[in-house]
Amino acid sequence: MKKLFGILLLMVMALVIAACSSDSSSDGGEDADASDGGDSGESAESGGGGEGTVEIFSWWTGAGEEDGLLALIDLFEQEHPDITVDNAAVAGGAGTNAKAVLATRMQGDDPPSTFQVHGGAELNEGWVAADKMEPLNDFYEEQGWMDKFPQDLIDMVSKDGNIYSVPVNIHRGNVVFYNKQVFEDNGLEVPTSYDEFIEVADQLQDAGVTPLALGDKEAWTATQIFENILLGELGPDDYKSLWAGDIPFDDDRVVAAAEKFKTILGYVNEDHASRNWQDAAQLVGDGEAAMINMGDWAKGYFSNDLDLETNKDFGYFAFPETDGDFMVITDTFGLPKGVENPDEVKEFLSVLGSKEGQDAFNPLKGSIPARVDADESKYDEYGKDAMADFNESNLTPSLAHGSAAAEGFVTKANQAVNIFVTQLDVDNLINTLKNAASEL
Amino acid sequence: MATFNVWKTIKYLILIVMAVLFLTPVYVILVTSLKPLDEVSLANMWALPSAIDFSSYSHAFSELAPNFMNSVYLVIPATLLSALLGAMNGYVLSKWKFKGSELIFTVILFGMFIPYQSILIPLIQFLRNIELYNSIAGLVLTHVVYGLPITTLMFRNFYANIPDTMLEAAKIDGANFLGIFRHIIIPLSITGFVVVAIWQFTNIWNEFLFAVTITNSDSQPVMVALQNLSGSQIVQWNVQMAGALLAALPTLLVYILLGKYFVRGLLAGSVKG
Amino acid sequence: MAEQAVDRQEQEYPESRPQQPAAQKEKKPKKKISGDQWVAVGFLAPSFILVLIFVYGFIGWTGWVSVSNWNTLVPDFSFAGLKNYIYLFNDYRFQADLRNTVFFTILFIGLVIVMGLGLSILIDQKLRGESLFRNIFLFPMALSFVVTGVVWQWLLNPSTGYNQFLALFGIQPKWYTDTNILAGFEWGSIEFGLPVAIIAVVIAAVWQMTGFSLAMYLAGLRGIPDELREAARMDGASEFQIYKKVILPMLMPITVSVIIIMAHISLKIFDLIYAMTGSGANFVTDVPGVYMFETTFRGNYYANGAAIAIIMLLLVAVFIVPYLLANRRSDG
Repeated sequence: MKKLFGILLLMVMALVIAACSSDSSSDGGEDADASDGGDSGESAESGGGGEGTVEIFSWWTGAGEEDGLLALIDLFEQEHPDITVDNAAVAGGAGTNAKAVLATRMQGDDPPSTFQVHGGAELNEGWVAADKMEPLNDFYEEQGWMDKFPQDLIDMVSKDGNIYSVPVNIHRGNVVFYNKQVFEDNGLEVPTSYDEFIEVADQLQDAGVTPLALGDKEAWTATQIFENILLGELGPDDYKSLWAGDIPFDDDRVVAAAEKFKTILGYVNEDHASRNWQDAAQLVGDGEAAMINMGDWAKGYFSNDLDLETNKDFGYFAFPETDGDFMVITDTFGLPKGVENPDEVKEFLSVLGSKEGQDAFNPLKGSIPARVDADESKYDEYGKDAMADFNESNLTPSLAHGSAAAEGFVTKANQAVNIFVTQLDVDNLINTLKNAASEL
Repeated sequence: MATFNVWKTIKYLILIVMAVLFLTPVYVILVTSLKPLDEVSLANMWALPSAIDFSSYSHAFSELAPNFMNSVYLVIPATLLSALLGAMNGYVLSKWKFKGSELIFTVILFGMFIPYQSILIPLIQFLRNIELYNSIAGLVLTHVVYGLPITTLMFRNFYANIPDTMLEAAKIDGANFLGIFRHIIIPLSITGFVVVAIWQFTNIWNEFLFAVTITNSDSQPVMVALQNLSGSQIVQWNVQMAGALLAALPTLLVYILLGKYFVRGLLAGSVKG
Repeated sequence: MAEQAVDRQEQEYPESRPQQPAAQKEKKPKKKISGDQWVAVGFLAPSFILVLIFVYGFIGWTGWVSVSNWNTLVPDFSFAGLKNYIYLFNDYRFQADLRNTVFFTILFIGLVIVMGLGLSILIDQKLRGESLFRNIFLFPMALSFVVTGVVWQWLLNPSTGYNQFLALFGIQPKWYTDTNILAGFEWGSIEFGLPVAIIAVVIAAVWQMTGFSLAMYLAGLRGIPDELREAARMDGASEFQIYKKVILPMLMPITVSVIIIMAHISLKIFDLIYAMTGSGANFVTDVPGVYMFETTFRGNYYANGAAIAIIMLLLVAVFIVPYLLANRRSDG
C-alpha cells in the first residue's frame, strides 16, 4: 500500500513538472509531443497571437467550411511565408460556443487578431458600439474596395460612416428547398405567393406528405420563417424600418405576418421540436416532407451529405412574396483594438477580401463571394444563380442571424418565437416584441 | 430451495433487462460510428451499417490525436492533486476537528455549487494576472480548485467511517498528525482514492467549458477537439460518434482497471475496521 | 471535540458500543495534540485560500455584476439595484426554468438513489457475472454529457428510437417534445406542474449518473460487517426486514452524500440539456444554466446572467443548509 502511494506521488510530481515545463517553454516541448501523436495538419506555433502570428478566430470547423478556411490560410501563407497563422476555431451551437469564448476573451482584454462576426447589428451594435473595433475606411480605400462590394453590404458593416469589417461570404436566408419528386408526383407548381403556398401545402397534406419541414430545436430556424414572412408582408424598405424602430410592432402588417406565421406552423412536421435543421432537411431529402425554409448552406448538405442532385432531386425558390429580395447572412472579419500587430492582421484581411481569397474560400464553403467581380466559373449551378440574384436584389439583413438587430433583441425575439410555436398566441408574440423593442 | 431459485432467476432477470437497457445507447453509438454519412439518419438509427466503414474512425483519430496528450498532461496531475488535497482536507475535517472547522468545511463545500459559466470572465482575468492563462498548468489549477469541494466531501465522509479508536491507539504509540496520516489514513484510503480518482478523472477529462475558454488552439484538451469535429451548421454524426468513442477510451480504461482495484481494496477489509 | 466524534461513531456503528472505554482514554493525549492542531490548520490552508479566491472572490464579482447595469457588450458597473432580479422573476422563461429545475431535481435525485440502491443490492447478492454487471452500469459515467445528450436525443425522439419498439404495444410517448404540464395550475405567467418533457431529460441523466450512486452504495454495503446481518438473522428477521431495519439506516450517510453530489449536478445541469433538447418548445426543458449561458454570451445580458447565477446559488443553500444542520446535530 505504501509503495503504491509512493508511486502515485512520484507520478504527480513528474507530471506537474512536465505540465509546468511545457508551459514555461511556451510551445517547444509540448508542440513536439502533440505533433508526435499524429499529423496535426495546419497546427500553428503559438497559442497567443504575438509578433509574426495572426490568430484567426471563427466557428468554422465542420466539413466544407473548414476546408474553405484552410484554403484561404494556404493562400495567405503562400503570399506571406513570414507570418504564421493560428487557426483558432471553436465549434458548436451555430457559433454560440465561439461567441462565449470570444466575449470572455474580449472582456478579458485578450482579443484574437481577427474574428468572425456577422455583418449588421451583431458587429455594429455589438463590438463597434463597445468601442472594440478599429475603423477600416483608409484600408478599404488603399485596397480599392469601395466599388468591389455592393453598397448595401458595405452599409451593413459600417456605423456612423466608418467601415469596420471585411465580408468574406454571403449566404441567403429566404430560400425554400423542395423535393422535386414529391412536387412532380402531386402535380404541383412552385408557389410564389402566400396564397399559392397555402394551396400547395393543403394539397400536400391531403396527399399525406408533410408540407413544410421544420427543425426548431434551436429557435432561430422558426425565427427565420417569421422574418421571411415579415419581409414579404412589409417589403424590403419597411422591413428595414421595422428593425430601425421606425415601425411599431403592433403595426397591422406585423400582426398579419404573425397570423400567417401561425397558419404556416400548422403545416410542419409534428416532431419539429426534436429536430435540428439537418434532421428536418433530411425529411425533405427522403420525400417525407416537401419543403424546407433554410439558409442556403442547406444546399451543401443536400448535395454533399445526402448525395442529391441540384435541380434534379431537389429544387429551390425564393420564399413566397420575397422574390427580388435577398436576405443576407454575411460572415465578416474585422480588426479589434489592442491587437499587437495590426499591420500583419491587415495583410490577412487584404487576402480575405481579395478576389482570389474569396474564390478560394467560397466554393468550398458553399457560399457565394461578397465581391461583385468574382469568377463565376468556380461556382456550381446554385452558386451562379445566387450570385445573379445577389447582384440584382434588394439586400435585407436577417434577424435570426443577428444582422437586423442587436443580439439582445435577437435573443428575446427567439424566446418569443419559441413560446409562439407552441402557444400560437399572436397577441402575446406582438406584445413581447413590443416590449423588447427598447433593445433595438 | 425451489423458492430460492425463483428469487435468483428474478434477480438475474432484472439485472439482465437493466443491463440491456443500459447498453442500447452504446449500440447506437457503435452502429452509427461504423456507417457512411449518407446512411446516418434518425429513421435508420437501429439499422446495422450496410458495410462496415472505419473511415470515420481514422478521420476522427487524425483530428483528435494532436490534442490527446494535452488531456493526459491535464487530467493526471489535476486528478492526483485534487485527490491528495481532498484527502488532506478530509483527514483534518473528520479527525482533527477544531473550533470553526465545520464552518471551513461549509465554506469549501459551497464552492461545489457555483455555476461555472458565471465566473468565466473573472477567472480568465485572474489566470492572466498570474500568467497561467492559455496553458495546461492554468487548466490544472482551475480543475484542482473546483474539484476540491467534492474531493473534500468524499474523503471526509470516507474517513468518518474509520473508527477513532485506531487513531487513538496510534497516538498512544506516539504517532503525530503527519505520522497518522502517512501510516494509517493513507493506506486505508486506497478505496477512497479510487472512487475520487474515477470521479475526478472522468469529470476533468470530459469537461468542456473551462477547456475551451482557458486554452487556445495548441494546448486544448481532446474534448475541445471532439467538439470541433462538428461544424457550425453541419454535423457528421458518424465521425462524431467515432470520435466520442475514441475520446472516451481512457476513461473507460480507468473504469476497467480501477474497478478491479476497487473491489480488491474493499475485500482487503480496510473499511470494515 | 474528540468525544463528539466518538458519539458519531456510535451512531453509525451501534454495535461498537463495547468500545466505550476509548472515550475515557481520550482525555490524556488531548493536550499533546495542540501542536498537531496547527499542522492540521496548515493542511487546510492552501485549499482554503484557493477556494476563497476562486469561489468567493469570483462569486463576489458575479454578485456585483448582478446589481449593475451591464446588459450590453460595454461593461457598465453603475448600480442598478434589484432591477435584474425583478426582471427575472417576472420573466416567463425564468419562471419556467425554476419549475423545470424543481421537477428535474426531485425526479433525478430520487431515481438515481432508487436505481443505485436497487442495483447495488442485487449486485451484492454474490451472483455470477457481478463485475460484468457492475461495469455495465458504471460505464455511462465515462462518457461526456455532450455525447449522452446526442444519443438520448435520438433514442427518445418521438418518431424513431425507442418508440419504434413501443409502437408494438401501441404506446407513443412524445418524450421531450411533449409540451403538456401535468397537474398544472397558474403560477405567475406560467403553468406550474410537472413538464412531461423533463422526464426524457431525467432518463438520460439517470442513465449516466446511476453508476455513481451504485458504486457508493456498493462500497457502503460491503462496509457493513457480515456479523451484523448474521445477528439480525439470528433474531429471526427476514431478509426484507434486515434491509429495512439494519442496512438502509446504515446507508443513510451515503444517501446524504449522493443527494448532495447529485444536487450539485442537477442544479447546474447544462451540457446535457444543451446537447439533448436545448430549451425545448415553450421552454419545457430549459434550465437556469442554459438560460444564463445564452443570455450572457448570446444576448450580452451580463447583469441578468449574473443574477441568474446568484439565484442558482441561493437555491443551492436550500439543499446545503439542512445537510449542514443535520451534520451539526449528529456531532452533538
